[in-house]
Amino acid sequence: MASTRDSQGRPVVAITGRGVVTSLGVGKDDNWAALTAGRSGIHRITRFPTDGLRTTIAGTVDHIKVADPFCAPNISHELARLAAREAVTESGIGAKGDFPGALFMAVPPVEVEWPQRAELALAGGNGDLTYKNVLKAAATGKYKAYHELFLFGTVADRVADEFGTRGSPISLSTACSSGATAIQLGVEAIRRGESSAALCIGTDGSVHAEALIRFSLLSALTTQNDPPEAAAKPFSKNRDGFVMGEGAGALVLEDYDHAVARGARILCVLAGCGEMGDGFHRTRSSPDGKPIIGCIKAALVDAGLSADSIDTINAHGTSTPENDKMEALGCQAVFGAHSPPTTSNKSMVGHTLTAAGAVEAVFSLLSIEHGRIPPTINYHQPDPTIPLDIVGNVARDARVTSVMSNSFGFGGQNTSLVMTAEPK
Amino acid sequence: MSSHDVVITGIGIVTSLGEGVEAHAAALDGFTPNVNSETFAPYAVHPAVPVELDRHIPKKSDQRQMEPWQRYGTYAAGAALEDAGVKGNADILARTHLIVACGGGERDYAVDGQILTGMRTAEKPDVYLNERLMSDIRPTLFLAQLSNLLAGNISIVHGVIGGSRTFMGEEQSGVDALRIAEARIRSGQNDIFLVGGALNAEREDVILVYELGGAVWRDPSVPVLERGGGGFAPGSAAAFLVLESRAHAEARQARIYAALSPVQADRKRREPGEVTAALGQMIDVLGPADVVVSGNAGFGAASAEEADVLAAKLPQARVVMTGDMIGHAMEAQFPASVALAVAGLAGGKLKGGVIVTSVGHHRGEGAVRVEAA
Repeated sequence: MASTRDSQGRPVVAITGRGVVTSLGVGKDDNWAALTAGRSGIHRITRFPTDGLRTTIAGTVDHIKVADPFCAPNISHELARLAAREAVTESGIGAKGDFPGALFMAVPPVEVEWPQRAELALAGGNGDLTYKNVLKAAATGKYKAYHELFLFGTVADRVADEFGTRGSPISLSTACSSGATAIQLGVEAIRRGESSAALCIGTDGSVHAEALIRFSLLSALTTQNDPPEAAAKPFSKNRDGFVMGEGAGALVLEDYDHAVARGARILCVLAGCGEMGDGFHRTRSSPDGKPIIGCIKAALVDAGLSADSIDTINAHGTSTPENDKMEALGCQAVFGAHSPPTTSNKSMVGHTLTAAGAVEAVFSLLSIEHGRIPPTINYHQPDPTIPLDIVGNVARDARVTSVMSNSFGFGGQNTSLVMTAEPK
Repeated sequence: MSSHDVVITGIGIVTSLGEGVEAHAAALDGFTPNVNSETFAPYAVHPAVPVELDRHIPKKSDQRQMEPWQRYGTYAAGAALEDAGVKGNADILARTHLIVACGGGERDYAVDGQILTGMRTAEKPDVYLNERLMSDIRPTLFLAQLSNLLAGNISIVHGVIGGSRTFMGEEQSGVDALRIAEARIRSGQNDIFLVGGALNAEREDVILVYELGGAVWRDPSVPVLERGGGGFAPGSAAAFLVLESRAHAEARQARIYAALSPVQADRKRREPGEVTAALGQMIDVLGPADVVVSGNAGFGAASAEEADVLAAKLPQARVVMTGDMIGHAMEAQFPASVALAVAGLAGGKLKGGVIVTSVGHHRGEGAVRVEAA
């Protein structure tokens, strides 16, 4: 059997399945229709009271049914399984409950949440409440279900059980880079020949009061709440922070020959991944842009492509003053004056955090399929210091055979993915 | 022997028994458990020994940005880099990859208690919660809680910037962290990794999650295997290892402690006999051993299944239960167990082939073989 290799002699990684859920809808069709129409999924938060909060909007996913209790792990689980089901169905791989490969899962860190903490505290005593009361209730054994629910590995465990993935599933976090890291781990496993397929998921359903307040206290969120759909404005002069979003993206990655042998439709190729850590600061990028530049360059080298062969950039584009400035600096340094058309899906779905890299990888692939770049909405006051070709406000038709998708995280992990229509 | 063999060239370890290779090698000859039964009574935890943080986290401003689990981890990471002779070597650190296994958290217990008390009588508890969180949470606390910020702090403090990944998922995250690093080195994808994990067990929110599942054992003086699957006493620990390809280590004339086999990892649904079968298969792959260093959590039927399969497959082997020594450090347990095994080989306390095992308290099974290189 012919074995397909990339320019570095490694197995080619085919993409045979894609799934996505965001505040714009469940599935690729609904998301793509909304994205290319420039429709925002950002809205007022109704999930919890927003009294006293500086930010009162988010891209929560409110249109799915979540198991009780309503909490981040259950929301994240439901989002992940919806995206995974769409991706696995599209790929036609394996059989129901029998996925012939590994699971790599970007999940938000979990902990016991306020409703459960309060429930336990009340059950454990009265007067001044402390963790002693909470522990007293825990010791009764009546709350066993919360143990599994609030383990870090549970969302991946459940998905592994449902889809029948092989081996030890990996739950990971590289903050806002997580979804891309999950994909990168899958690429590496296939290139090593360890797995002929991988299910790579990024999921995040963690918009609750404390999560929002934490980001708010770091001054990371926009406070321009009115109207909600105009709040996220990546690369605009008046951008002032990101909007939290929820969602999930899933990809089925497969050894190219394995996909061909089973007669699968090969949608695209995951041609390259780049990464570089940043040791400058906990929430800020190196002022010289070196880690971002290094990351983008590493992805191009890994893909065996030159900068001028990238047709469009799906930017991290969070709409924070810092990120967009540094990302633009990085793109200009690598791509020069003719940096390709660039867009940020976060203008419409918000920052889906742990899921962002995976959600945006799916959107990037849809650009290749449909020959259309979704707009960056709310681009009415371009930042004059960012001379990129931003696809502002209206979708742009273009022949897209290669996309770069960027993800840069708090804590310093940067990841860039290169996806192409055909093997290079 | 191949140039892509995976070898261990640096160890940084802090537990309740001490700090560093020598202290842990000595503990394999005999130890007095270090237990704090008072602070969290009726629970007992193994507290980390005090360390001189300034040695590996020189800036106070950095120390202040971290909660204890991040400080232990960042400290142990620095110790491992120093032990491997690469600390401060910017050229190597710029291409050193980092994989951290950890959970997260460290709540502000006083604030949480006040809020819980106030919520009980508040007219609108949700609104009260917003107000208090907005005014009472330290803005930077989030970063001290966030799982991937241990890796972030290691990058910032030590300049490890090849790329960082944080694995979560209790005990198995420690197994998978080593597995992925080992596989990437063996396949030639990368040359050098810093891998490890950290847990601060002296926390009520850590005890809480496991106590919800009935997994916290209250009397650590009872050996792990005599608890009838009753669980573990949480133990604070941070353990980091520097892993390299043999060629990379030899080229820089590094001291090689031990060679690491391919890491075995699986996740069974824990039907009766499944753990026995999974571990049995792993031992068959890894080959005979003179010593087993077991990170068995001691919880549920899986605990005895491990003991049975070890007795059946490796009847002559000495079995060291790390839970008896340092308690259970969850995500950090497997890295700490491997570090103990390597320290034992280096200090001449353990001889021959050593298999290190992990049996997660809820999910996850893993094993690896280490031997003098």
